[in-house]
Amino acid sequence: MAEAKTIAPKEGPLVRFWEWLTETQAWKSVFRHDRPNTDRTRVLVMLSNVFLHLHPVRIRKSGVKLRYTWCMGGLSFFLFLVLTFTGLLLMFYYRPTLEYAYTDIVGLREHVPLGIMREMHRWGAHAMVITVWLHMFRVFMTGSYKPPREFNWSVGVIMLVLTLLLSFTGYLLPWDQLAIWAITVGSNMARATPFLGHEGPGAQLLRLGDVPLIHSADDARFALLGGTFVGEGALLRFYVLHCVGLPLGIGVLMAVHFWRVRKDGGISGPL
Amino acid sequence: MADDNKAIEPSAPPTGANPAATPNTRQVPGGDEPATAAAAAATGVSTAPVAGHAAKPPAPKPPAAPLPDLAGKTTTAASAGGAQARAAAATPAAAKPAVAAGRDPDDSSPLLNRRAWLGLAWGAFSAASAAALAATGRFMFPNVLNEPPQQFKVGFPSEYGMGVDERFKDKYGIWIVRTPDDLEQHASGFYVLISVCTHLGCTPNYLSAESKFKCPCHGSGFRLTGVNFEGPAPRPLERARVVLADDGQILVDKGKHYQRELGQWIDPESFLKA
Repeated sequence: MAEAKTIAPKEGPLVRFWEWLTETQAWKSVFRHDRPNTDRTRVLVMLSNVFLHLHPVRIRKSGVKLRYTWCMGGLSFFLFLVLTFTGLLLMFYYRPTLEYAYTDIVGLREHVPLGIMREMHRWGAHAMVITVWLHMFRVFMTGSYKPPREFNWSVGVIMLVLTLLLSFTGYLLPWDQLAIWAITVGSNMARATPFLGHEGPGAQLLRLGDVPLIHSADDARFALLGGTFVGEGALLRFYVLHCVGLPLGIGVLMAVHFWRVRKDGGISGPL
Repeated sequence: MADDNKAIEPSAPPTGANPAATPNTRQVPGGDEPATAAAAAATGVSTAPVAGHAAKPPAPKPPAAPLPDLAGKTTTAASAGGAQARAAAATPAAAKPAVAAGRDPDDSSPLLNRRAWLGLAWGAFSAASAAALAATGRFMFPNVLNEPPQQFKVGFPSEYGMGVDERFKDKYGIWIVRTPDDLEQHASGFYVLISVCTHLGCTPNYLSAESKFKCPCHGSGFRLTGVNFEGPAPRPLERARVVLADDGQILVDKGKHYQRELGQWIDPESFLKA
């Protein structure tokens, strides 16, 4: 391998400063080993860096083939990161109240530089739903759900649901007519939840004498909306779920998912 | 990698055709390109096409490793894609058209070698990342602010009696004071006090019974003139620009402050004579 080229002069105040600087405790606490130009320092780079050490030591040849993985899992994760980042930026301007929600969305396009930030979040969300489905399709078609990867398939199914819920909760936040009525229709499904929805099968059985235990103000739909219709309570609930609750949940499951991939022998190979 | 590349630089006779260019050949994964180059060099065939498309004809160079070592190697002296490109740019203009037109039809080598392509890709990625970062920074500074205006009309002078008027304190953060005799201007009229304590920026309260402004944070007190007289405040309250608008209303402009300790309270626009 090539010797390191020395461009700097061999002496002088700058060189002395550099030599002093690289010997300081603060410097050495950050740069903990030499440049990766020997086998030893290369290994140290991998082992002493949290992001690099997350990567597998070795992978199957098929694991890097686009035609085998379609890169869909990685793309889903990438889109999740994009959505986290753009969503964080949107939160600086968006206020989840009846008075401001819609005007803030308009303002994000009209009053804020980089008016496509919201569009990136929106299209990224659409794309993530698609890549997650395609990832699932690939895993199914390659039989990668089979033992020992059954548990990871189950984790993935939960993450699919969380992805769809993230998409659903984000749908309401623009607070335009499309959002309000889409969530009205969507949340009406919760009325028909068995036992827990006030129009669902079995709900009529849950009553104390004449008093129904499950009615429109305490059923599953009410829990979702924080009210009996899509109003301020629903907007705030969906906002909190969209920005904090669901991302936290899917983040934890992603850690489990990636860890299981490693524990189950890496990316599955062709059968 | 770099010394690997050095080791496999093909030996080539000096042609003198383009001494400025770096000695180099293009290389292909298949390995038949070096053979072509070697054949060309050995037979003394014009090196122009080769030099043209690669933009680096051979120059005087000590013999290097034997050619067979080339087999299976990815790239010859591609060690510096950037340097290569620069060398290409530095070649005489005459050689340039040859890059496009004089390329050997049988030459299957890529126009961009691996390293040059990687350099280009990293460059583009870095530029895109930097642009995205800059745009993100700009995102944090909106073009529209939903804040009260700095200039506003507060009604006609006849609407005000003597003393402190608090009606615009909540909205604009000012007191409008009408005085029969100002301590600096020695005239009757209006001045506008900014309701920001000069100690640490809290909002003082107007205590009408004691005829003073009193800050609840650390107890600074100010006379109705705005001059501090108790507590930690180091200087008087600031006054805002106040003039008469065209329609006869009082116009307050918070964009311009007047500080007494700087001798600014004698400014004619810091006080509205009436």
